[in-house]
Amino acid sequence: MIGGLFIYNHKGEVLISRVYRDDIGRNAVDAFRVNVIHARQQVRSPVTNIARTSFFHVKRSNIWLAAVTKQNVNAAMVFEFLYKMCDVMASYFGKISEENIKNNFVLIYELLDEILDFGYPQNSETGSLKTFITQQGIKGQTKEEQSQITSQVTGQIGWRREGIKYRRNELFLDVLESVNLLMSPQGQVLSAHVSGRVVMKSYLSGMPECKFGMNDKIIIDKAGKGGVTNEAGKSTSGKQSIAIDDCTFNQCVRLSKFDSERSISFIPPDGEYELMRYRTTKDIILPFRVIPLVREVGRTKLEVKVVIKSNFKPSLLAQKIEVRIPTPLNTSGVQVICMKGKAKYKASENAIVWKIKRMAGMKESQISAEIELLPTNDKKKWARPPISMNFEVPFAPSGLKVRYLKVFESKLNYSDHDVIKWVRYIGRSGIYETRC
Amino acid sequence: MPAVSKGDGMRGLAVFISDIRNCKSKEAEIKRINKELANIRSKFKGDKALDGYSKKKYVCKLLFIFLLGHDIDFGHMEAVNLLSSNKYTEKQIGYLFISVLVNSNSDLISLINNAIKNDLSSRNPTFMNLALHCIANVGSREMAEAFAAEVPRILVAGDTMDSVKQSAALCLLRLNRTSPDLVPMGEWTTRVVHLLNDQHLGVVTAATSLITTLAQKSPEDFKTSVSLAVARLSRIVSSASTDLQDYTYYFVAAPWLSVKLLRLLQCYPPPEDGAIRGRLTECLETILNKAQEPPKSKKVQHSNAKNAVLFEAISLIIHHDSEPTLLVRACNQLGQFLQHRETNLRYLALESMCTLASSEFSHEAVKTHIETVINALKSERDVSVRQRAVDLLYAMCDRSNAKQIVAEMLSYLETADYSIREEIVLKVAILAEKYAVDYTWYVDTILNLIRFAGDYVSDEVWYRVIQIVINRDEVQGYAAKTVFEALQAPACHENLVKVGGYILGEFGNLIAGDSRSSPLIQFDLLHSKFHLCSVPTRALLLSAYIKFINLFPEVKGTIQEVLRSDSQLRNADVELQQRAVEYLRLSCIASTDILATVLEEMPPFPERESSILAKLKRKKGPGNLHLDLDENRKERSVNGGTADHSSTTSNAKAPMPPQASAVPVLRSAGPLFQVFASPTTSTDLLGLGSTIATQNSAPPASKGASLLVDVFSGNTAAFPVETPVAVGPVADENFSRFVCKNNGVLYENQLLQIGLKSEFRQNLGRMYVFFGNKTSTQFMNFAASVVCQDALQAQLNVHAKPADPTVDGGAQLQQILNIECVSDFVDAPVLNIQFRYGGTLQNIAVKLPITLNKFFQPTEMTSLDFFQRWKQLGAPQQEVQNIFKARHSMDIEVTKAKIMGFGAALLDGVDPNPFNFVGAGVIHTKTTQVGCLLRLEPNTQAQMYRLTLRTSRGTVSQRLCDLLSEQF
Repeated sequence: MIGGLFIYNHKGEVLISRVYRDDIGRNAVDAFRVNVIHARQQVRSPVTNIARTSFFHVKRSNIWLAAVTKQNVNAAMVFEFLYKMCDVMASYFGKISEENIKNNFVLIYELLDEILDFGYPQNSETGSLKTFITQQGIKGQTKEEQSQITSQVTGQIGWRREGIKYRRNELFLDVLESVNLLMSPQGQVLSAHVSGRVVMKSYLSGMPECKFGMNDKIIIDKAGKGGVTNEAGKSTSGKQSIAIDDCTFNQCVRLSKFDSERSISFIPPDGEYELMRYRTTKDIILPFRVIPLVREVGRTKLEVKVVIKSNFKPSLLAQKIEVRIPTPLNTSGVQVICMKGKAKYKASENAIVWKIKRMAGMKESQISAEIELLPTNDKKKWARPPISMNFEVPFAPSGLKVRYLKVFESKLNYSDHDVIKWVRYIGRSGIYETRC
Repeated sequence: MPAVSKGDGMRGLAVFISDIRNCKSKEAEIKRINKELANIRSKFKGDKALDGYSKKKYVCKLLFIFLLGHDIDFGHMEAVNLLSSNKYTEKQIGYLFISVLVNSNSDLISLINNAIKNDLSSRNPTFMNLALHCIANVGSREMAEAFAAEVPRILVAGDTMDSVKQSAALCLLRLNRTSPDLVPMGEWTTRVVHLLNDQHLGVVTAATSLITTLAQKSPEDFKTSVSLAVARLSRIVSSASTDLQDYTYYFVAAPWLSVKLLRLLQCYPPPEDGAIRGRLTECLETILNKAQEPPKSKKVQHSNAKNAVLFEAISLIIHHDSEPTLLVRACNQLGQFLQHRETNLRYLALESMCTLASSEFSHEAVKTHIETVINALKSERDVSVRQRAVDLLYAMCDRSNAKQIVAEMLSYLETADYSIREEIVLKVAILAEKYAVDYTWYVDTILNLIRFAGDYVSDEVWYRVIQIVINRDEVQGYAAKTVFEALQAPACHENLVKVGGYILGEFGNLIAGDSRSSPLIQFDLLHSKFHLCSVPTRALLLSAYIKFINLFPEVKGTIQEVLRSDSQLRNADVELQQRAVEYLRLSCIASTDILATVLEEMPPFPERESSILAKLKRKKGPGNLHLDLDENRKERSVNGGTADHSSTTSNAKAPMPPQASAVPVLRSAGPLFQVFASPTTSTDLLGLGSTIATQNSAPPASKGASLLVDVFSGNTAAFPVETPVAVGPVADENFSRFVCKNNGVLYENQLLQIGLKSEFRQNLGRMYVFFGNKTSTQFMNFAASVVCQDALQAQLNVHAKPADPTVDGGAQLQQILNIECVSDFVDAPVLNIQFRYGGTLQNIAVKLPITLNKFFQPTEMTSLDFFQRWKQLGAPQQEVQNIFKARHSMDIEVTKAKIMGFGAALLDGVDPNPFNFVGAGVIHTKTTQVGCLLRLEPNTQAQMYRLTLRTSRGTVSQRLCDLLSEQF
């Protein structure tokens, strides 16, 4: 189990140090600093073993979070905990920065006391934590309130307290996807996958029971079997249903029901939370196609032409498009011409960065650049790193569709129709690269 | 950030560095560097030429980035351009960049060399210095090639400035170290020596370093430096400390120079000129006197400098080893340091004393400090100092104090650090053996050793006890009694059980008379340990039991019972099972007479070098031990060359050295069973078959053939005519293998195997030739004769004793050849064999490996003698040199073994270069004796050897050189 948790700033100074077990000494703090933060070579591995002690770290901007243990723990559990810890801190004081951590260190210690006991992770649900760990002073809670907190935290539905009331019952549902691609220069897809999340923000009264439906192939097929004939079901689902490779759910989802009926039903936490995560690899809609053309003119010149084509409905608009074209290490000068957007050679990153604010579907645009090279005595050839791309599109590249989200609240008198529901799809680029 | 003016500082650089320092993360730093690199690239690429200042600035930035650990692959050209600038700062940065970044295979090297040449020929001393520093810093072969002639010229030119001379001397030193073959020795050498007289002490210091290195390579050329060095040293030592202004360091006059001069003097024997010698003695006395004076300063630097000079002076005194008074004084001085507060001083004092102890003059003086040293052993906190104390005790030990020292070491052993225990054990074992007056003491000591530190007692130690007990009748009874008593202890070490098992098995009868140690009690005692021991020990104990059956017939039943038990007869271990079964059968079947023969007492072991000593040598390397080399010689003469273990062990009559087998108790029984178990082995010649494999893998046969084509090119054609017997070609594949050894398989085909065993003494030799019939049918009309061709007839007498005319199938025939060397010879005699196999007449001719080097007698000599003789044999026809490529891997141990096998004595520590091999010996012939000196210089980088032979006779030199060259 986790023996201790340390938070460092970029210089390796300890901001927060909480030791849960005796086997972790003070020297562990220094060991991590010396061997990881100040290491000569950048340490890539998130798990480091130093003198029979394991250090699991994540980095948020300039802040290092490190969990330390001497035992053989489940590394996935430790990282899940660290991510959760980041979420909790972010929901309490916003961005995780040195400044914020220094200003809130009492709060962080309080949180650490609550969410880790003797190194075992406990309740880390922001919603319920916020009921008893507050940033203001304690407002003279009555005995009933206190006992309610106790029963809620220790009860079956730890993530939602009773007696929530809203005048307007409202629900926001975001499908956030990031699409990853590696493409050969000839346009052949070498690997592609989408990892997505369904994030909800719910403001609902009482203890509502929700049911979520999407165009998952298995569910559709199941439904198809019941009603329409198999043939017809396939022909309709051929386009609309998607194959989800794997998915994980928030703790509020009833897994038994998912296993038996493939239906996603849950009592939602109040506020914002992530309902599920999933991954797909089949039938991905690639929003952009990058066509590179690199020509070496002698030893001192390089001509690059890159065309991007948008590949979605013309009515939709992609945003925040950024194409990053790597330049050789001995670049001494760059001239860029582009029709659309702005392009600039960034010497510090060894790349030409081309930015376009907006682009509609089924369009194409191109950039051409002349790169001057300094002859070097090094015989090494330039490795030609891939061209990478960033963007945001208003649809789900996996093809996922929300079919329904029903809300049932039997005790209070509002029905599914009274709830205002908002659905939004956002597709972002993950690692979206094309070799050149 | 310090304020920098635009003039000499570089603002851009300062800003860049402070930017880097302010970076918050590695990524930010890399970004900043990338940006800067892009900027510099665009600047270098830009069309308008850069001025010197900005070029310097950018090159500086590149250097800084490189030193941060990033790759730099451009800017070299700009740096080279800076070299031609006239401004010091620009030139300096250019040289700096080149020293750090340019690797030797760069294509810019010719440009750089050109710039350096220009600077060297300029009259500006700072530029010359920069260029010299660059040469020294890069120090590559190309640099050496380009400037090896130039630098010495500058060094000895009359008009060179002092500071340049200093740099030139150090630069030459560096070139000499990296590529010694490229630095020519010329007439400048004599002038370099005169730099020792230079006014400027800096020049003298630099020159001394250079001369010391050069003098180690060719002592002859720099002999004149001795008198100059002595003169200079005496001027420094006798000067008042104020005379030397800059070169007085905390009231010590020029300590570095003094140390270097003393080092230089250590390259040479004591000066022969009385005046110089007197002056040197005076200097050394002054240094020793100064050590007695009260310190002029309390600062640690003062005492450090003073002691540095003192220790160097002492090591010179030790090196000369000629002035008894100085040696004794040095010893007393070191004695004072033994109790000094400073740990380093104690360490150094002990170390120097170790070498002092080996000198005959100061040995007694060293011995007076025994109490202090023993005390140091007990109370010293630092383990390395304790280690030195142990070394010193070992070195100062002699017959008079051996008992005390051994006792002290033994008592220290109980508390000693684990890291040095094994070494102490070995040392105690050696001292106990070497200085044992009565062997009861020796046995006691070793048994104590096993009791205190059983885990650290290596096999060699207990082998040795057994060898000694077996060889000395007078201690056998005592030893048996002592081990019996030692075994009474409830927990005893396995090594003790091994010794006990062996000794009781051999000599248990000597104490059987006592009712307390009756045979049955002895057996029960041994058997009570049996189950706690490892398999090899159990095997040894089983052999001890069978010996008991012979010694004490009354316990036969008990022992047979034990052997018969399932835990023995069905033991999972094959060795134990086999022994149990065979011993049981042996004891049941054989009559007492046979038993008594088979299980006879072990014969005495041949006196040979203590295997422990060899082990300690291996452990420590040759330099650390001062062993009398007589032992080495003794071993060689007894065994007649390097002993071939495999042949001695396989011979049932020959005594078996214990280390050759895991269980040494049964000398004769082991091989006996082998014969029972595998009758097929009888076709093998004397077990020589086992050596074939190893021999074949060693030198490729084709090499031997090519050698002979070379050596006998004149003779081979004439063979068939003169010797009608030799029908086929003369076989000589295996010939060259025998140059460095005496035993092995000479020839083999599908019918016949010819094995050799030979021994040589002075100009006489005896060779046993074994003809093995590999077929199942008899060889008829078998005849073997030796033929010496041409000149060889007069040079070598070979007399073959007649042998049987028939060789049965699978049997072997032995023939003895007596050899006498009349004068030096080149050719080798031919052995002609004729026999009838299945009706056809077979003719085989084989070259007999009787080579000139077989008549070598090794000679030990000191470094001084060696070089004296070497010089005497300086005539051009007496020296033969051969430079050749290594055919085998250049293993030091193998080379040593080959030189020893060749017959010459391998002289350690004679050549100043420890990697060179030096040997000496005398070739005995009936008419003359020819002294031979040889020197083998390996060059591991080039995989080449240089072999030089000097003998009083040119033909001998040539022949020996040819023979030995083919072996590496």
